[in-house]
Amino acid sequence: MTARRAALPYALAAALAFSVALMALPVHADSLQDATKSLKQGQNAQALDQVDKYLSGNPNDAQGRFLKGVILTEMNRTQDAVGVFTKLTEDYPELPEPYNNLAVIYAQQKQYDKARQALEMAIRTHPSYATAHENLGDIYARMASQAYDKALQLDSSNSSAQTKLAMIRELMSVTPRGTRTAAAPVVAEPSKPIQVAAVPEVKHVVTPTPPEPEKAVAVSADADEIAKAIDSWASAWSSKDVKGYLSHYAASFKTPGGVSRAKWEAERGSRVGKPGAIQVTVENLKVTASRPDQATVKFRQHYISASLKSSSNKVLVMVKQNGKWLIQQERIGS
Amino acid sequence: MKKPVRFRLLLAIFAFAVCSVADAVTARYSDAGPEPLLADAFSAIEQNQYDEALNRVEALIKAYPNFRLAHLIRGDLLLARTRPLTSFGEGGGKASAGKIADLRAEAIARLTAYKTRPPKNYIPRYLMQMGPDQKYALVVDTEKSRLYLYQNDKGMPHFVADYYVTQGKLGADKIKEGDQRTPIGVYRVTSSLPKQKLSDLYGSGAFPLNYPNEWDKRMGRNGHGIWLHGTPSDTFSRPPRASDGCVVLANRDLDAISKDFQIGLTPVIISNNIEWLSLDDWQSERSSLLTKINEWRSDWETRDVARYASHYSPSFSSDGQNYQQWVQQKQKVNAGKSWIKVRIDNISMFRNPGKEEYVVVTFEQDYKSNNLSNRMKKRQYWIKQDGNWKILFEGAV
Repeated sequence: MTARRAALPYALAAALAFSVALMALPVHADSLQDATKSLKQGQNAQALDQVDKYLSGNPNDAQGRFLKGVILTEMNRTQDAVGVFTKLTEDYPELPEPYNNLAVIYAQQKQYDKARQALEMAIRTHPSYATAHENLGDIYARMASQAYDKALQLDSSNSSAQTKLAMIRELMSVTPRGTRTAAAPVVAEPSKPIQVAAVPEVKHVVTPTPPEPEKAVAVSADADEIAKAIDSWASAWSSKDVKGYLSHYAASFKTPGGVSRAKWEAERGSRVGKPGAIQVTVENLKVTASRPDQATVKFRQHYISASLKSSSNKVLVMVKQNGKWLIQQERIGS
Repeated sequence: MKKPVRFRLLLAIFAFAVCSVADAVTARYSDAGPEPLLADAFSAIEQNQYDEALNRVEALIKAYPNFRLAHLIRGDLLLARTRPLTSFGEGGGKASAGKIADLRAEAIARLTAYKTRPPKNYIPRYLMQMGPDQKYALVVDTEKSRLYLYQNDKGMPHFVADYYVTQGKLGADKIKEGDQRTPIGVYRVTSSLPKQKLSDLYGSGAFPLNYPNEWDKRMGRNGHGIWLHGTPSDTFSRPPRASDGCVVLANRDLDAISKDFQIGLTPVIISNNIEWLSLDDWQSERSSLLTKINEWRSDWETRDVARYASHYSPSFSSDGQNYQQWVQQKQKVNAGKSWIKVRIDNISMFRNPGKEEYVVVTFEQDYKSNNLSNRMKKRQYWIKQDGNWKILFEGAV
């Protein structure tokens, strides 16, 4: 990876000069950090205000614009998000992240060809960009699934909970000082990502505050059990204990894309068990229980492997079966 | 992403299709169908050029949007980018195993037919003589799932195009009602049923055939409703064996050939496996039978019943008469004749495919004699018995 970085394409330098200059200016880093923090706390509207404020002083700043795209995506303002990311790809064609996120949105809209093209652009600029590779793999799998549907007259379109593509949350190929690791893949940057440094680690915050209080049955004992189950799930994943990892999924688990359980297990097994260290940590855990035996769990998942570092918001629907909390649905998003 | 991609079964298909290439002389064929692109896609797969294979398959889908086989191969090629595949249509799931097997069979049928196209200047044995008014003739090869279209070029069958077809679920050699088989024999298009009067299953039209024909009835075969027809609007082609006995073509193929159909005239010969004859062999077969037919005609004119009757098989029957009754009647009739003149025109001769060696001969007969004259269209079944051509059945058309 470092060798790759040493071979930085100097041609990029000119293209970067403009933004470098901008980013070298004293920035309102505070509001950008605040926006990131608000986003992490799910306060999207506030995050948008903050990022807009930041951008008013730094209209061309890639970090800020990228963050705005992420916030808009979170707010389901898809067209606005597409606009932001598209403009970023035009202004900074060498950055893989905007392409990746465009692809994620296109994939949600089932525009797989466009998603594929965007990911191929991301990979063209960063050949070892792991998230884009993984996402592209998922796109191929979905396109294949569509092709099989047409070939065999199946209808697997009923599975809407297949949002499996990883959205990039932070523009990691740009550093705050404006020097870039443009050709270096995200994973090559071991230093902490820029603005997130100040975000406090909040673990296992249980917020039993459902909209209808009379139905709220979230008992703290359950919340603890769920937190333990999630810990155990993340550590099985981290230690690449495929069997242990899969044991956290209920028999009724809704597989992404409605694929067969066996197929899904095989796919997960090959990903979880692939060579190289994996580290999965969970942050900001929130449990909302709707029934004594069912809960919605939201958290931020940090994933680090030899080839990929990503952070994403996860939503799990968990069910209690035989005294054990098991995952029934798993998706990325908020 | 650069994972080893294996397509063992895809290759197995290809190897199967390729094995008989050596038999096929450079050929004439129709470029109109999907086979050239399909074969290209498979050869790209064989050479591990999966991106190129995907391009070709996508071109196929563009040209034939409802071509399910192409969608299946596309699914495999896309899925192969994410994980190794070991079998054809693997990502389609176990629940679809039957449909995948059908599509695999279609791939084999199409590629085999494409790789083993008939040699140039060879003619299906069955087209001994097209009638001067018959513009086209159809010959089906059920083993190859293929229909060959011939144009009448001054009596010579001239190859025009060939098409993939679907036959009965249980194959060929229909015997009885409901056996889901396609009949083997010499038939013709008897009517045209317009699309508007049909359900979507039959696609762009349907053309009933005269199954069971005189021979079939004689052999005790029954059943009805054997048609040439198209495919449902969302389907480009059906598996090789899928109908209840009908011969099914892609709608665009049916449209292409049916515009030239002549109701009551266009022959449809359905064979298990077409026998191809060189021009020389074809000429010698047809002239030997033409000679026999001419002998029959001139022997009839001699009023010598024994000579005339020598052309008929002992198992001949017609209009409820057996051979003996027929000979006696001819003797009675000929007693009152002082002269007979017989002229035959517009002769067509179609040989039955398969084991039963007979030829369906149809002509216009102009009969004149001292006390009776008539003109009729006559059909005869000539059968080879002990090495000699004999008439087994005859009657007015």
